[in-house]
Amino acid sequence: MNAKKADKFATGVLYAVSGIIVLILAALLLYILIRGIPHISWDFLTKPSKAYQAGGGIGIQLFNSLYLLLITMLISFPISLGAGIYLSEYAKKNWVTDVIRTSIEILSSLPSVVVGLFGFLIFVVQLGYGFSIISGALALTFFNLPLLTRNVEESLKAVHYTQREAGLSLGLSRWETVLKVVVPEALPGILTGVILSSGRIFGEAAALIYTAGQSAPALDFSNWNPLSVSSPISIFRQAETLAVHIWKINTEGTMPDGAAVSAGASAVLILVVLLFNFGARFIGNRLYKRMTSA
Amino acid sequence: MEDVQKTLLTKSKRARMEQRGKFISFLCIALIVLVVLSIFYFVASKGLATFFTNKIKVSDFLFGTNWNPSETGTDGKPMVGALPMIAGSFIVTFMSAIIATPFAIGAAVFMTEISPKKGSKILQPVIELLVGIPSVVYGFIGLSVIVPFIRSIFGGTGFGILAGTFVLFVMILPTVTTMTVDALKSVPRHYREASLALGATRWQTIYKVVLRAAVPGILTAVVFGMARAFGEALAIQMVIGNAAIMPSSLTTPASTLTSILTMGIGNTIMGTVENNVLWSLALILLLMSLFFNIIIRIIGRKGALK
Repeated sequence: MNAKKADKFATGVLYAVSGIIVLILAALLLYILIRGIPHISWDFLTKPSKAYQAGGGIGIQLFNSLYLLLITMLISFPISLGAGIYLSEYAKKNWVTDVIRTSIEILSSLPSVVVGLFGFLIFVVQLGYGFSIISGALALTFFNLPLLTRNVEESLKAVHYTQREAGLSLGLSRWETVLKVVVPEALPGILTGVILSSGRIFGEAAALIYTAGQSAPALDFSNWNPLSVSSPISIFRQAETLAVHIWKINTEGTMPDGAAVSAGASAVLILVVLLFNFGARFIGNRLYKRMTSA
Repeated sequence: MEDVQKTLLTKSKRARMEQRGKFISFLCIALIVLVVLSIFYFVASKGLATFFTNKIKVSDFLFGTNWNPSETGTDGKPMVGALPMIAGSFIVTFMSAIIATPFAIGAAVFMTEISPKKGSKILQPVIELLVGIPSVVYGFIGLSVIVPFIRSIFGGTGFGILAGTFVLFVMILPTVTTMTVDALKSVPRHYREASLALGATRWQTIYKVVLRAAVPGILTAVVFGMARAFGEALAIQMVIGNAAIMPSSLTTPASTLTSILTMGIGNTIMGTVENNVLWSLALILLLMSLFFNIIIRIIGRKGALK
């Protein structure tokens, strides 16, 4: 085979490989959506699930997923904002910073099941929170912190240094410059990262099966006492999320219409994640335009 | 005079705020480091209890092939041979990496060298979407499509290493591809120009220049993918069959460290041997994740020297 033929052949192979990858994604999405969407109805989205009968919904699981996401973000966003600020503004080039960066790298590469087990050991067993939203949210925080911190740091670093100099020359302290000049400028990037990691949290299950629990007790949506276990806003109640629900249906197999329910739930899960992905891009662009008058 | 001295010697409001701000941001970062240290401490102390408290030999644990921690074997010790799971984890990891690597490299070359336009318009979003699909959904698809498919071709139950490999292949493909793209993009433009100027075809340039220059980056991508595959829990647990026996064929039920861990930890009582050996499995996972990290660092350092 001469060089020109080899070139043509290789190009063909590369096209084929790329085509196969596109096909895999298309097949995955079509399969889930075609099987799942017919099952989605208002009843399915709002009714509680049934373990041994057909016709259950995913209402409580869906609410739990969203609520857990909210609590996780409330805990992890301030921490990663502070950590990101430290890394981008204050960290000097020395061994301390090296240790910090290495541990963030290690944390981000830990299997989520190990993070979940650690959460189980500390919050569920040692601190006695039991299977609860707060245990789940803290475990998810550990899982979320490294990525979000890195995102905040990168967004802050992308802000031009003249902005900082301008702030400092006006007599602001470094901290004030960061809070009032750099962070607002970096906000679109930070927000995009937050939304993208929300998608990741929303689909996470391995870290939750032993922290937030695997059952979804009935909720009373008229009960707003945060300490009552049937209250939707209580953080000390068991809360099976949508992703955990899919896993549980498929491993236990007691639900007669399990395949249909998991297809519907998977479709909802994927649609929400897609929504987060597109939302991140849209809001990022929108904010960028508004804040920079570009 | 006194007043001037006082204002000069005490810190201004601004300076105090600055100090406080720096301290708060340092606390946040210290918290992350603390979390990492305590994860290692707690998992290690639980995982090592198998060997120190229950007096099980490390070699019996690592190389034993009988896994049934609730029963005692002929030597009067619980049967805690973890080799079936360790082997299972390594086999699915390597097999999925072997399948995913050519696909990832192919797609990355396509995106950077052949058609950057189609690459960024079609392949890039496709890969981002693949990253976004939650692992339980991959597990569900594996369970409802791949397992029956394997069953219809090879017979048996369909659960097993082959099904796990397919699921993991799709799961790590986007990670490996994205990182390979970065590696290829960081090859300087003049390498390609020099090669083309010498009369090489595009494929010769890709194969003999670009890919070779990007070897450290591609290796890092593959190791990253393997680390992900090794630690993946639920998707693999749904399709591998979870039989803690030495894998003898690709289409019979097997198990991985993560699958036995997720199945077992809720059914055992804290502090018993059955529970402690599960934590030892978690410790192996933790150490392997550390090991992958170190490999990536070594590759990075060696690659940087050139």
